[in-house]
Amino acid sequence: MAHRALAHKSTDDVAVAVADLKAGEELTIQSLEGGKAHKVKLLEDVPLGHKIALKDMPEGHVVIEYGEKVGRMTQAVQKGGYVHVHNIRTLRWDYGKAKAKSAKPRAKGGR
Amino acid sequence: MPRKNVSRGLQLTGYRRPNGAVGVRNHVLILPVDDLSNAAAEGVARLINGTTALPHPYGRLQFGEDLELTFRTLSGHGANANVHGVVVIGIEPKWTDRVASAIAKTGKPVETFSIERHGDLNVINAASRAAYQMVQDASELRREPIQVSELVLSIKCGESDPTLGLAGNKAQGRAVDRLVDMGASVIFGETSELTGGEHLIANRCATPALKRKFMQIYNEYIQMIEAKGVDLLGSQPTEGNIRGGLSTIEEKALGNIQKTGTRPVNAVLNYAEPVKPGQGLVFMNSSSAGAEQVTLCAAGGSVLHFFTTGQGNIVGHPLIPVIKVSPNPITCATMSEHIDVKLPDLLVGDINLDQAADRILDVFVRTANGRLTAAELLRHNEFVITKLYPSA
Repeated sequence: MAHRALAHKSTDDVAVAVADLKAGEELTIQSLEGGKAHKVKLLEDVPLGHKIALKDMPEGHVVIEYGEKVGRMTQAVQKGGYVHVHNIRTLRWDYGKAKAKSAKPRAKGGR
Repeated sequence: MPRKNVSRGLQLTGYRRPNGAVGVRNHVLILPVDDLSNAAAEGVARLINGTTALPHPYGRLQFGEDLELTFRTLSGHGANANVHGVVVIGIEPKWTDRVASAIAKTGKPVETFSIERHGDLNVINAASRAAYQMVQDASELRREPIQVSELVLSIKCGESDPTLGLAGNKAQGRAVDRLVDMGASVIFGETSELTGGEHLIANRCATPALKRKFMQIYNEYIQMIEAKGVDLLGSQPTEGNIRGGLSTIEEKALGNIQKTGTRPVNAVLNYAEPVKPGQGLVFMNSSSAGAEQVTLCAAGGSVLHFFTTGQGNIVGHPLIPVIKVSPNPITCATMSEHIDVKLPDLLVGDINLDQAADRILDVFVRTANGRLTAAELLRHNEFVITKLYPSA
């Protein structure tokens, strides 16, 4: 079966689209390394290479990918939502949550 | 660990140089020591078939560690085992001799010319005659069987996107593990792009002393950035990375690190320091800019480079073949002529990571044996010296 999205680890907070995906798609997302699969209904379009929330995450949540910390949510996202530079920010040069909160969201990637 | 056809007893051929170093190409190099000597070096390269000039903008009024790095980069390219012989041209004799004598330690043919008191035209005449002889001699050398354990190789990724962390770099990492297990040295670097995953590399350093040295190099780099009152957020991840789906530098670093495989880091080196075969996985302090990093690896002795790309970095190098690997189906379709190993089927699960690593190693063997890469065919001859600070 051709994958539509993959997780690095089954315990990660986000997965990555391996095709251009449309809102409403129902996905079964596995990890290349095995572990439990996630059933996710996409809430937004997510382009190839971009990230999908595997669970609800509040603002301030530290996001796990590859089993490691990769950033902090600057806005809440629901399971099946799109995670990118509009709602996640690095923990480096992350001068506390207040700064992250007031940070100007940068241009949306994707096309 | 060796598995299947391609990994066991790779059938490789190459050129064994007088000092025992082994290359996979057979270049005659026309090496300008400074910007002023580019015209003469390029003049020789236009006259004599089979020569390669390395024009560059530096080599005047540099000092200290910055000067040493330029010298090390130039002499490292001359000493590279993909090079049969070198014609060194500089404006004045002293620095010219310094670069040439470092190369001559390898035992390969080196001829030196300086322009002051002679002029470009006399130098081009004499240097062309020297190059003529070197190319004719090089043309009579024959490839001989070599072992993968005699090779120094290198890796980098560029225009990264999450298809690399998911697939391309994971497959490259398996290929690197197999090459290291067979005895090759493999250089990786990209100091800034380890940010967020530097602890993972530190923990793979083979000894506590190497770990301390690695963390010192990494921390000095970060301090240099912060001393300028800035951060890397405007340039890491790049706009291309963001378009591809990367959101933070941590995510980029974790994807980047996949391609280093899983073996211990056996050496921690500074910019362009020489690497020998049999060292295994080696960290070299380096920029994350493609051409700078490939140039530093070639100066350190790499004779072949693996370059994984998501959105389509098209870098090459004048002396070492750069094998481009991509799992991104859009890149493989729209930039097909730049990609040597296409892996979109890995991304959708039609092949597994071991099959993808087999495919990378198959192209590695054919390329080492003389097959031209996309970058060689398209004349991607990027040679970019890393500059540490302004000249005097």
